[in-house]
Amino acid sequence: MTLFLEIVAMAAVTYLTRCIPLLAMAGRHLPKLLLRFLAGVPVGVLAAFAVPLIFAPEGRLDVGVHNLNLLAAIPCLAVALWRRSLIWAVVAGAAAMALLRLLLG
Amino acid sequence: MAEQSPQGAGTGREIREGMKDAVPVVLGYVPIGIAYGILGVSAGVPAWGVIGMSVMVFAGSAQLVGVSLLGAGVTPLTLLATTLLLNLRHLLYSSALVPKLQKMPKSRLAWLAAELTDETFVMATRAAERRGRLSFPFVAGLNGVSQLSWIAGSTIGALAGSLVGDPARLGLDYALTAMFIGLLALQLHGRRELVVAGVAAMASLALAVLGVGAWGALVATLAASVAGTLLPGKEDPLVEDPARASADDDVGVRARGERA
Repeated sequence: MTLFLEIVAMAAVTYLTRCIPLLAMAGRHLPKLLLRFLAGVPVGVLAAFAVPLIFAPEGRLDVGVHNLNLLAAIPCLAVALWRRSLIWAVVAGAAAMALLRLLLG
Repeated sequence: MAEQSPQGAGTGREIREGMKDAVPVVLGYVPIGIAYGILGVSAGVPAWGVIGMSVMVFAGSAQLVGVSLLGAGVTPLTLLATTLLLNLRHLLYSSALVPKLQKMPKSRLAWLAAELTDETFVMATRAAERRGRLSFPFVAGLNGVSQLSWIAGSTIGALAGSLVGDPARLGLDYALTAMFIGLLALQLHGRRELVVAGVAAMASLALAVLGVGAWGALVATLAASVAGTLLPGKEDPLVEDPARASADDDVGVRARGERA
């Protein structure tokens, strides 16, 4: 029940961001400063969530060779830049992690 | 009888053309939906929740982060604040869509808003360049098929994920991190993006090491986005032309249609 309500609340929050300008703005433009702020948010969110998972998986900074999250990030990033494809980046990251566990775990 | 009237025939054709325009979105949504479904059940969310989110929320990045936060057992407030932040960009699309649509009642606008995503926005904007102002049935067809493909992909993924057993064996517990890395790599162009990502990364890492928890990432994102607005110089392409810039952001359309 809790999960259901949480999903409903997520849906409500999401819907508000989609409908408010469409219903209320009638063609007026958002302020420039707000646009500049919004332009940064997607990349900011990604960096803010990804970097601690990679560099501090246990909650403390770890840049050693035992940090599998960091090691697997290397082929993942390489494939993402090479193929320019999200799916292949995910496949490379997951495969690298499975392989590293097999070899080192 | 209704199909015989010119109004009805036009409506049917508009819906079909909208559905046809959804094909590139479908090609992106099905595989990403499968990945999301597998990730969701790997994170410990029951399959009905994973699929239900695709039906009710229909926002890829918010759902991906959402299932990992739910799996980590964060408070509902953290979950909702994160969802809001991840979806703020819809404000941009929603306001940019207004001049592309024919005049229609608010109830119809409210309907179309429900399925507004990066991808459906990009396709609608492109269609408007070609066709002029878009009708309700056209956009409803485009959006409806797009969401159906997302739900279908999620369902396949959730069911497949339930069969996998131990997700760590296949490295699937790392798939969400990998997806963040991939999305970041595809979006890091332009000075504002680099600065925002750099500030967010360092602030978030510092807060994580200090043990702040999931709020750290939110605070870091806000701080970095504010820092981004202070940058002088050229306007961001997203500010000047949301459709062109967001074609780079999205998960499916670019990977399939633009680069392949």
